[in-house]
Amino acid sequence: MKAFRYHRPADVAEAVAVLAAEPQAAYLGGGTNLVDLMKLGVQRPDVLVDVTRLPLDTVEELPDGGLRIGATVRNSDLAAHPVVRRDYPVLARALLAAASGQLRNMATTGGNLLQRTRCVYFQDTSKACNKREPGSGCAALHGQNRDLAVLDWSEQCVATHPSDLAVALAALDTVVEVHDADGPRDVRIADLYRSPGTHPERETTLARGALITAVRLPPLPAARRSTYLKVRDRASFAFAAGSVAAVLNLDGDVVRDVRLAYGAVAHRPWRAYRAEEELRGRPFSPELAARAADAELAEARPLRHNGFKVPLTRAITVRALTELASS
Amino acid sequence: MQGGGENATTIDERHSSRVTVEVNGASREVTLDNRTTLLDALREHLDLTGAKKGCDHGQCGSCTVLLDGRRVKSCLVFAVTVDGRSVVTVEGLAGPDELSPLQAAFIAHDAFQCGYCTPGQLCSARGMLDEVSRGWPSAVTGDLNTPAKLTDAEIRERMAGNLCRCAAYPHIVAAVRQTAASS
Repeated sequence: MKAFRYHRPADVAEAVAVLAAEPQAAYLGGGTNLVDLMKLGVQRPDVLVDVTRLPLDTVEELPDGGLRIGATVRNSDLAAHPVVRRDYPVLARALLAAASGQLRNMATTGGNLLQRTRCVYFQDTSKACNKREPGSGCAALHGQNRDLAVLDWSEQCVATHPSDLAVALAALDTVVEVHDADGPRDVRIADLYRSPGTHPERETTLARGALITAVRLPPLPAARRSTYLKVRDRASFAFAAGSVAAVLNLDGDVVRDVRLAYGAVAHRPWRAYRAEEELRGRPFSPELAARAADAELAEARPLRHNGFKVPLTRAITVRALTELASS
Repeated sequence: MQGGGENATTIDERHSSRVTVEVNGASREVTLDNRTTLLDALREHLDLTGAKKGCDHGQCGSCTVLLDGRRVKSCLVFAVTVDGRSVVTVEGLAGPDELSPLQAAFIAHDAFQCGYCTPGQLCSARGMLDEVSRGWPSAVTGDLNTPAKLTDAEIRERMAGNLCRCAAYPHIVAAVRQTAASS
């Protein structure tokens, strides 16, 4: 591992200033991903700016009924928060389906959103990877790509975003509060992540050195009827083979409002707008849910080893929505 | 560690830090290369070899310790980040000649074979039982709004971050179940 300097900033402005002054600096949150990547030689910062002691560790109920979650709130605390459990079960379920008890105690909200893909070629410095080393190629495209993308990938990169939390936040139309060299600003989560395209090394739209300080959930009474369904290769402690975040609001049996997002299928958490459009205003049935998933997945382009993700994502869409409809 | 020939043999000031940390109730002070994980600090610098290095990537759980009372994987924590904090390792779960109820239950239920994962299992179970007492839900909890009952399915889900290569899992579950029931 490359030697690094360690810096503990007094406030957000200082953290951002250090990143601006040090081209090879990186923020350190819970470390569950970054420390591992440093051991692997995938990330090689020469300064770590530890943001975990900044005063960003509170969950605040907003006057409009929404919720503001500080960037350093730990995944375990957020999952256990009584308002999250009551008003945003999709969020609590997504957090609880992720990682292990120890890692949830460490991982932060902001760090979770900015974690890197678990594509094995990205994590192996002996392999070609455009995300790790732009221009070196993509060993995954014709390699072992079972865990990788079926939607929106490019010849340069077929990685998926690994976060469960981000999928739930995408379904909830979350606003991400960011602080960069120009000061604080809001970014809609739909605008936070990028498609891989020809620059898979750029994963978000954030400027280098931008610090996520909080995420803001809008008030969404419909989210009381919501869930997160995750399918894994084993019962626990694994990344998703497929996942769906779902919010469903019925008027009688007619779908008044629905929010759907998929994990494990693309370079970003995948908001399923097309499926939502198919569902909205129609009487709910499992068949309708299946047609909606088909509409969303019509543009899927499975790789050699991951064709199963399309029917899997379809099946969990039907199951999640049917469970919500009958709850 | 991997990363290729960059491991400095001498500590230089810019890349090292003075760290004060309370370990098992005693304040300890040590100067460490910033790259030192909490696990390596405990084992190589503080002579506490209870916490084990299994995978060194946060996947096996054998390095689990309690940091400010919460279970964490010490292989993914840089020691410099815990300055001023409190750590409890397996050596601190009970006095030197005592067993905590959890440790006694592990022996009573034969909850280990080779024992390599056991320090991590014990610290993880200790932290997990505290989480349960705080009413935290898990992925298998049916109703998120009422405190979960600690069924075997709950124990298994909550202990999923600790692997046992000898597969003593049924006995580990039994030991944790008994400890929870009698506390």
